[in-house]
Amino acid sequence: MRAYLPSYELKTALTMDEVLALLSSQPGKWKPIAGGTDVMVSFAAGKLEHKHFVDILQLSGLSTISLNNKTIVIGANTTYSDILASDVMRNTCPLLCAAARETGALAIQNRGTVGGNVMNASPIADSPPSLLAYDAELMFASVRGIRRVKLENFFLGYKKLAAEKDELLTKISFPAPLQHAFHFYHKVGTRRAQSISKLCVAAYIETTNYEINTVRIGLGGVGPTTVRAHHLEQKLSTQTIDSLDDAKLLAAVDKDITTIDDVRSTAHYRRVVTKNIILELLTGLKKHVGLDS
Amino acid sequence: MENKIALEFKLNGAPKKVTIHPMSRLLDVIREDLHATGTKEGCGEGECGACSVFIDDVLVNSCLVPVGQCAGRNIQTVEGMAGPDGVLTALQRAFIEHNGAQCGICTPGMLMAAQDLLSKNTSPTLQDIQLALAGNLCRCTGYTKIFDAVFTAAKYVREGQ
Repeated sequence: MRAYLPSYELKTALTMDEVLALLSSQPGKWKPIAGGTDVMVSFAAGKLEHKHFVDILQLSGLSTISLNNKTIVIGANTTYSDILASDVMRNTCPLLCAAARETGALAIQNRGTVGGNVMNASPIADSPPSLLAYDAELMFASVRGIRRVKLENFFLGYKKLAAEKDELLTKISFPAPLQHAFHFYHKVGTRRAQSISKLCVAAYIETTNYEINTVRIGLGGVGPTTVRAHHLEQKLSTQTIDSLDDAKLLAAVDKDITTIDDVRSTAHYRRVVTKNIILELLTGLKKHVGLDS
Repeated sequence: MENKIALEFKLNGAPKKVTIHPMSRLLDVIREDLHATGTKEGCGEGECGACSVFIDDVLVNSCLVPVGQCAGRNIQTVEGMAGPDGVLTALQRAFIEHNGAQCGICTPGMLMAAQDLLSKNTSPTLQDIQLALAGNLCRCTGYTKIFDAVFTAAKYVREGQ
């Protein structure tokens, strides 16, 4: 353990109002900590630059999951295990369940929160591709009130967020996905558990017969942030499922990704495998509507 | 500034009071301040599971928990598994019978994860066991004797042994 403890502060047992007051008192000085499954790794390695934390894990009301008026609302402190234990999640949000199931392993899933996953803003985070596919909206609280921002407009660049320093993410909401829609999630990693993503594809597609009504595809690991595959979505919307033009679709997704070499993978691998997974997605889509590929 | 605070929680049901930096890792507090060294550090990153403990019956990696979040909680470690008179649990007996430990460093974490599984499912399949123990790495055994031990432990639990 390499951290110098006396240089860190952790405030606990504050109410929501006290947390918001603290965050606004010296904007940027205090950072929320929930499950700590990412922060504590940097901390133990002696690499945690930020020094002042406020515990938000014990704040009540931030880990509920609800379905009201065809809208799903997930509290920011909802853990991956909470998601997997939720009937609402299992019945309506297979993409989030898949993300939760493939994050770390059980002990991590019991602590890691969806809010933390979003705010940590890693381009290879496991839940943002699913949240983008479901068209999630983030709700922030501060002493100034409530602010909403669409997740697809939230990641401005690598670890650059459209968030104010005095705000706390409280809820994530989106229209309840249709059960009979096509939900597709594929995370590429080295192991079946405890695997950090090389890249990830999450797709939500509503169809009527062979027509595509709604298509949203979230991609992780193929850009400085998680992204929506807008070119691919656009191209796919102009096609019908019984006459998909794979070549045009793959050419479209080529424009949606900017892959790099890093410790986990190469730019080339990520580009080739993203396209392979898109082909897998298209095969699954055809099967979903009763077409043999 | 020292930043130490007074913190109270329970360790295996026994009340504990420590004066501690709230960012201290629960793992370090358990091992160094409370001298319960059964819980091990394997990686310090939440990847190996050697540091697994329960916080209020929830399995966590204690290397990733700031102790300041544990006020008022009950922390259960491997030391708390056996009965007060030292009677081993079915799980512990099964591990011994099957030679489920070689160097033993993964074993406390394996026991914690297996106990978590058996508290929810007394008829696990091999896949259930593998999933439940997916967060626990062993460099010695190749896992098969560990899985055998968990199967046997489940049988003992079902049969009330």
